[in-house]
Amino acid sequence: MNAIIPYILPVLFALVIVALLPLVAGYIVLVERKVMADMQVRLGPMRVGPHGLLQPIADAVKLLLKEDIIPESADKLVFWGAPLISVTAAMLALAALPIGPFFQIADLNIGLLYILGVSSLGIFGIVLGGWASNSHYSLMGALRSAAQLVSYETSAGMAVVGALLLAGTLSTRGIVEAQADTGWWFIFVAPVGFFIYLVASIAETNRAPFDMPEAESELVAGYMTEYSGFRWALYFLAEYTNMVVVASIATTLFLGGWMRPFANTRAFNFLDYLPPLLMLWVAGYCFRRTPKQPVPVQKMFMAAVGLLCIVVALVLIMPMAVPRDSFLASSKPGIHGAFWFLFKVGAYIYVFMWLRFTFPRYRFDQLMRLGWQFLVPLSIVNVMMIGVALALHRQLGWPNWVTFPLGILLTLIAGGYLLAMGEKHEQIRVGDDENAEVDAREETPVNV
Amino acid sequence: MNVETTVLGADEIILNMGPQHPSTHGVLRVKLRLDGEKVVGSECVIGYLHRGVEKIAEHRSYQQFAPYVDRMDYVAAVSNGLGYCEAVEKLMQVEAPPRARVIRTILTELQRIASHLFWLGTHALDIGALTPLFYCLREREEILKIFEKYCGARLTTHAFRIGGLQYEAYDELEKDVERFCKDFDKRVDEYEALLTENRIWVGRTKGIGILTAKDAIAMGVTGPVLRASGVQWDLRKAIPYAAYDQYEFSIPTGKNGDTYDRYLVRLEEMRQSRKICLQAIENIPAGPILGKVGKVLKPPPGEVYHSIEAPKGELGYYIVSDGTTQPYRVRIRPPSLINLEALDQMIRGHLVADVVAVIGTLDIVLGEVDR
Repeated sequence: MNAIIPYILPVLFALVIVALLPLVAGYIVLVERKVMADMQVRLGPMRVGPHGLLQPIADAVKLLLKEDIIPESADKLVFWGAPLISVTAAMLALAALPIGPFFQIADLNIGLLYILGVSSLGIFGIVLGGWASNSHYSLMGALRSAAQLVSYETSAGMAVVGALLLAGTLSTRGIVEAQADTGWWFIFVAPVGFFIYLVASIAETNRAPFDMPEAESELVAGYMTEYSGFRWALYFLAEYTNMVVVASIATTLFLGGWMRPFANTRAFNFLDYLPPLLMLWVAGYCFRRTPKQPVPVQKMFMAAVGLLCIVVALVLIMPMAVPRDSFLASSKPGIHGAFWFLFKVGAYIYVFMWLRFTFPRYRFDQLMRLGWQFLVPLSIVNVMMIGVALALHRQLGWPNWVTFPLGILLTLIAGGYLLAMGEKHEQIRVGDDENAEVDAREETPVNV
Repeated sequence: MNVETTVLGADEIILNMGPQHPSTHGVLRVKLRLDGEKVVGSECVIGYLHRGVEKIAEHRSYQQFAPYVDRMDYVAAVSNGLGYCEAVEKLMQVEAPPRARVIRTILTELQRIASHLFWLGTHALDIGALTPLFYCLREREEILKIFEKYCGARLTTHAFRIGGLQYEAYDELEKDVERFCKDFDKRVDEYEALLTENRIWVGRTKGIGILTAKDAIAMGVTGPVLRASGVQWDLRKAIPYAAYDQYEFSIPTGKNGDTYDRYLVRLEEMRQSRKICLQAIENIPAGPILGKVGKVLKPPPGEVYHSIEAPKGELGYYIVSDGTTQPYRVRIRPPSLINLEALDQMIRGHLVADVVAVIGTLDIVLGEVDR
């Protein structure tokens, strides 16, 4: 019996994650649609539930009830199994990520390697699914996806190495604790590394402007073209879970994990009251909108959402309201840690959405050029400079505030050089075209 | 460009793009021969939206056929109507009164702006920018509202009548147009802020789908596509119709004939159209809106060709009359169809992603291609 006890909590956490993740993914979709609508002078979903709050559930029901179509010429077994691989790989990666100091399924000593390894397994689901569909669009989407993931995994891995060097451990919890000790999140120590990871993670999750594999206007839906119903929903779930995973990795590595901003400074302790106040503000908004809902059911629903927010606010404020030495007060790092972690993950995902609605899509060759000719060299320089800065500090005793800014500066210079080289390369190409044009134009009567 | 042999000796893929595809702008079907993602050849299959518009004309009286032309280029119905009405007027040797001509000009230019807005939105969507579409539709909506106030319809307007106008202009027409024009320049600046300097946009459009002036003329390409190749040819200046000879405007041209130039040319055309509208509303002459045409139209036997500068290019009507109330033959020269001919040459050697960019930049409407 005693042998089982240490496993009870992790299994419970795992169950919570597996049970809640589809719901969370559904609501990320809703938030995405709302953000998109906001940027495009529209309202977004408004029909199902107040402000479209039940839309994800309606969508899920629709997808589950849809007819399950497997194309005649498809490889049935692979077609059936491919989405499962994608979604499993995406969910497995969450196991090693610390959502707050207490909420973590397993604190592996090789945590980062595990996450990187498992999350790249997801590509098998995409490639196999695209191949098994036996359709040109699917196949091209799958091929693009494979090439893209391999390219950007390289620079993402290199960016991760930077944070690894700084923390000196592969354990995700250890990395956050290393940031807690110095009080400097790694985004300030290695901003270039964060930038590289941001770009690479967008590409890895197949999000616009790097959404080649499912480029809607070119490949219809890429590797998912032949999928429908529940299997399609699994791919969708995998995609949004992957978003949560990369956002969690970025939060853990660069944004201080579960830490509050200025966690070590007593003067900023009032920031502890921010989470409950934020929830209260959301609750207030819900109550204000309640009378404006058209149907009694919707009024009740809106009020219930408001009440839920108040409950969350109470939970958040509780550790600070009770006596300092009680058990409840000791739960504060756990509760607030989870809040800040999720808050940062949300902010990171918001940046994803923001970029998606602002930029046109890269072409495939441009994407590859950006990956190999800019991001990979830059990430290598970044790792080198962090190493040099650490060596100068540890071996020669140079102060931190000299070595790191110096390293960042040199990395930026290298980045500028790479950009300039890229421009030159482009110009040579375009220049060639222009010369050809001039020749053609000379023979042509202009101004007819 | 010659068809190149494949590098690895692998087979070419035939990719069937359309007729059901998100970015073939309706029911265009393009059979692409691909080497990996590189296009080595293509073939357009059209006719999925064929309704026999030209044949219908032979069994309708001249007035009865007028609403049908609205359904060809349904994004620019007013321009279609203008072309048809003027062609029949030319056949009958009547002229629309000055007031009708000016109001026709205003509405047609508004339609040009609306058509270009719709093009910009969908073109940006093809290249992956989701947001401009909704900004463009917002402005287009204002134009459609003006149409709705004028004639009750938004899309297939049937706004004009042979010999003049269907309806007298409503009281606030000038004010509505002025209000729209006042804001519109800033709105175009907004689109430019989103796209013109955007690295990705420039990378996706510059040097893509180049059409040289020589090729463009040889293939009979007209409209913004021709002008972006550097040929200054606009029927509004070359053979003025309606009231265009009264107004100041310039014809924007491009240099390289690539997708980026076509984008710039169309944006500038919207600005010029706005200028025309502003000049036209300043002085709308008073008088009748309908010339001397009877209730039953019986043009003398003969034939006529009349073409106008529709938003997409030269829209021509060739009408043969045998002296009865019904045309003997109506032949329509749709700009979209002729411009689509250039597609194969423009996409050879480019990637699949460029194909949708080029289809978008040609600004085709399948209702007009197939008729």
